[in-house]
Amino acid sequence: MLVSRKWLEQYVDLDGISTEDLAEDITKAGLEVEEVRGPVLNDENIVVGYVQECVQHPNADKLNLCQVDVGDGERAQIVCGAPNVSEGQYVVVAKPGARLPGGLKIKKAKLRGEVSEGMICSLQELGFEDKYVPEDFKDGIYVIDEEVAVGEPACPLLNLDDAVIEIELTANRSDCLSMIGVAYDVAAVYEKDLKLPEPTVYIENELSSDYISVEIENDKANPYYGAWIIKDLDIKASPLWLQNRLISAGIRPINNVVDITNYVLMEYGQPLHAFDYDRFKSQKVVTRMANEGETIITLDGEERTLSPEHLVITNGQSAHAIAGVMGGEESEVQDDTTTVLLEAAYFNPSVVRQGSKDHGLRSEASSRFEKGVDITRVKEAATRAAQLLSEIAGGKVLGEMVEKGSTEWNPKIVEFTASEINQRIGTEIAIDEMKNIIERLRLDYEVNGESFTVKAPARRRDISIKEDMVEEIARLYGYDRIPYTLPEGVMKKGGLTPRQKLVREVNQYLQKAGLNESLTYSLTKEDWANQFVSPEIKALGLEPVALALPMTDLHSHLRLSAIPELLSSVQHNVARNQYNVALYELGSIYLQKEKDQQPEENMRVAGVITGLWEDHPWQGEKKPVDFFVIKGILEGLFVHLHDEEVAFEKAELDRLHPGRTAVMKLNDDIIGYVGQVHPTVQKEYDLQDTYVFDLNLDQVLEAVQYREDYRVITKYPAIAQDLAFVVDRDLPAKQLEDAIKEQGQPHLETVRVFDVYQGEHMEEGKKSIAFNLIFQNDERTLKDEEIEEARQKIVKHLENEYQAVLRG
Amino acid sequence: MDYIYHEEVYKLKERLNEIKEEALEQIQSAVDEKTLQDVRVYFLGKKGQITEVLKGMGKLSKEERPVIGQLANQIRDEISEALETKKTKLEQAALEQQLEEEAVDVTLPGRPVQAGGPHLLRKVIREIEDLFTSMGYSVAEGPEVETDFYNFESLNLPKNHPARDMQDTFFITKELLMRTQTSPVQARTLRKHEGQGPVKIICPGKVYRRDTDDATHSHQFTQIEGLYVDENIRMSDLKGTLNVFAKHMFGEDRAIRLRPSFFPFTEPSVEMDISCKICQGEGCSVCKGSGWIEILGAGMVHPNVLEMAGFDSNQYKGFAFGMGPERIAMLKYGVEDIRHFYTNDIRFLKQFHGV
Ligand SMILES: [Zn+2]
Repeated sequence: MLVSRKWLEQYVDLDGISTEDLAEDITKAGLEVEEVRGPVLNDENIVVGYVQECVQHPNADKLNLCQVDVGDGERAQIVCGAPNVSEGQYVVVAKPGARLPGGLKIKKAKLRGEVSEGMICSLQELGFEDKYVPEDFKDGIYVIDEEVAVGEPACPLLNLDDAVIEIELTANRSDCLSMIGVAYDVAAVYEKDLKLPEPTVYIENELSSDYISVEIENDKANPYYGAWIIKDLDIKASPLWLQNRLISAGIRPINNVVDITNYVLMEYGQPLHAFDYDRFKSQKVVTRMANEGETIITLDGEERTLSPEHLVITNGQSAHAIAGVMGGEESEVQDDTTTVLLEAAYFNPSVVRQGSKDHGLRSEASSRFEKGVDITRVKEAATRAAQLLSEIAGGKVLGEMVEKGSTEWNPKIVEFTASEINQRIGTEIAIDEMKNIIERLRLDYEVNGESFTVKAPARRRDISIKEDMVEEIARLYGYDRIPYTLPEGVMKKGGLTPRQKLVREVNQYLQKAGLNESLTYSLTKEDWANQFVSPEIKALGLEPVALALPMTDLHSHLRLSAIPELLSSVQHNVARNQYNVALYELGSIYLQKEKDQQPEENMRVAGVITGLWEDHPWQGEKKPVDFFVIKGILEGLFVHLHDEEVAFEKAELDRLHPGRTAVMKLNDDIIGYVGQVHPTVQKEYDLQDTYVFDLNLDQVLEAVQYREDYRVITKYPAIAQDLAFVVDRDLPAKQLEDAIKEQGQPHLETVRVFDVYQGEHMEEGKKSIAFNLIFQNDERTLKDEEIEEARQKIVKHLENEYQAVLRG
Repeated sequence: MDYIYHEEVYKLKERLNEIKEEALEQIQSAVDEKTLQDVRVYFLGKKGQITEVLKGMGKLSKEERPVIGQLANQIRDEISEALETKKTKLEQAALEQQLEEEAVDVTLPGRPVQAGGPHLLRKVIREIEDLFTSMGYSVAEGPEVETDFYNFESLNLPKNHPARDMQDTFFITKELLMRTQTSPVQARTLRKHEGQGPVKIICPGKVYRRDTDDATHSHQFTQIEGLYVDENIRMSDLKGTLNVFAKHMFGEDRAIRLRPSFFPFTEPSVEMDISCKICQGEGCSVCKGSGWIEILGAGMVHPNVLEMAGFDSNQYKGFAFGMGPERIAMLKYGVEDIRHFYTNDIRFLKQFHGV
């Protein structure tokens, strides 16, 4: 909502209040000011001039030499290049010393040998936006088409000295979608008188009802309709003051009739519509719901197909307007219009909303109807328009607007006590001050002791419950004056849940392990949504959840793994020469197990690493990431969470390297995977070797075991033994390790692979694998024989079970 | 007593002195321990020069032997001592050489610690979580794919409510949508409490809006909301709580300002501004000349929301607030483009790993 200060001053005295203070004060009261614009220009050297003489410049074809009366008997010679300048015009003259909005300073000068004492201005030169410049003056100077005094300052005349405040209204404050509504609030803020218009109109003897009747078919959709006939109109440009008002409100002047309905729209917030009565071709207005498939060509020239959800204004046969949304082309007011049918109506907000939504038409009018106009002022607004049509457009207003329906309003009654209000705000506002605030708001009220009863008027339909009055009183009392307190209730224990703490642990662990926490989009491309999905999720056989109306194909489906978007982040980095990238993301995937049902959300942690893992070049240490780097990070995580039962098993998964991928299992359930991105996929993303993991964090966290005891550090020595075997190359080390662990009981503490060798000096298809075994007993020193016995048992078992050959 | 010695005595004496000269000279010129060892063996060994001399003592008289014996011992000691001294010297030199060889250029770069770190948004969220949990709040979470009921209806936004801007919402079906706010978590949590206060939660999480991604819009972003429902909660409590938050997040010197606003689920509703750090309230381009920067929305929980969740709105009151960690991060660090938060450029991420 654009609010002209000068317009506002018609209703409220703002003397002594700067525009900046006004903006701040109404912002604090709830009308948030986005911007204060202007004044564009207020220069006394810019005046009205009268062109007394205009001849061609003796030395230039395209220039004119004008003798201009600039007031006080002063006459200036001005060289003017505008094609439309001529003798007898009232024009705007910038005298020497004037400064124009572009920064141009006017000086006395000589142009082609002739003295020029100033400049005759175009509207653009005076700072008008192009869209507000009438067609006639687009390519030349502005000619004032009104009686004006020569020498009069021109800036106020053109409203250039006005300041316009742009207010960002919240959805509940539709009362301020009108100048009068804003005036009410400003008057309340400053405790000022409010001077509202009191429209009166001279009425002809002839009656509107001789020309028109009104029929309402659906009074829910259209509770009230008024039709007024105004004859003998002279359609032309509006007077300057009216154009100024509209321009300050951001509306382009068109002609006097249209401008007047727009003016009343902005002043009262009441949309009016003027039909060309002769083109309406009927003596009756019938408002009804449209028929299915009925069509209308609206003012914008578009043919619209209607349905029974839309309210239309008809002439008894065809639709001439979509009620509250847009008029029809057929009965549009044109230059030759002489009689108008002025519509002043109240339409149901949701019906208008439906119409404007379905037809994609949002206008100043529809947005006001949608929020509910002040039904008690419909007639007053119509009278205001009729008055102006008579005063400005020479119209003859016929007797009595023809009305159907009712403008009655049942005010909402809100009851409260002063102490209730104070308790809710946390203040001690005195009863008298509350009374004063309610009076400033101009609300009808009664007070009995500390009990208030407020009748909320139709203009303030946002007030309906006690809490609304809390807000009204608080905002005028001043939010600044509310004290700072903290709740006094019983202290409640808060904090993170054990699971939330664990999630933080996981984050911290992964960050310490060298991964960068990342955030990617949950909504991804359709094909990506189904890629890199962990086998246990894939096994559910789900389709990714799809948006009904995505904005773009890039974000149309909910992911089943974060890996594709993470890979895209890696790609982004690599493309910018950031080759070493380690990212992880902790977030949901979305499992819709039943059609149209709310999906389950599975918290996962996914990671990706590419490039060098060790990078210390001057010491010659540059080690690219490999499978065991990323596996080590995950193993460390499981150790950290005491989830040590997680097993890694070789797996072949889509889009992953068949020889470098494992699934992770917890109690035989797959909980994720880890592996290298398949070389062909790496090529798709333009990546070097890149490793990924995707882990079901919900399951991991469920299996977490907290450390609950302590193991005394033994004073007895541990005994180490190394064993190396030659085995089949395909035999997984983990099988040997598990077998050794089992056979080495009860004293075998740890088993660790310390060497793996295959290749030269090794039989085809074989490998050598060496283990370091640590034996330990907490209560005593182990005997050599015990170790030897365990060792032999292990060797024998491995020889028998795995055809392992012990290396000397 | 004076003796006239046998001539042999003089010869032996001379020999011993020669040995001494010779030994000391060799010790002097020795450059390593091996040489010293050889010198020791050659002169002092069982078959060494001094032993040789002593073997010649057989020709001497009983009185003469001690003379030579004594001299031999004395020279032996002198050589030993010289050997010892030299050895220490050589060791010292060797150590010095070793130390010199081991010296490093301390200005060369150290081995980088391979460490990652938190994402800026999560860091902001955790900081807010920590503040409010320290004030007795719990952290509540909820689904990102929500029902229309929890995302809208339970928050006083019935179907066809004008403030429900459908254009903003990613729908999946008529009833399912990507939550547009974390407020449904409040509704869910309230319901779980079955009309029994107090409820004190903050709800962080991802939310989604039908926006085209650009420098200031993101179709996915984060929110963190707070809710406190109890008997006798006042608007001044909201103001006090937000003041604690603003000073904690932005600095003790920042002032706050509440302005009336509108949200369907609160009444009264407010927006909170903090004083602009750049211009100290004088007005600048960052604060669009107002001296204030909008930080969050808040208000007193609408009685309809309480009633729908099973709370008696006469008995219970509450306040709620909600903010965007993106906005807070952008203001705090001057991040100019919201897309940075979701691009995961390493050069961006790494900047916020430290304190
Ligand atoms: Zn500023």
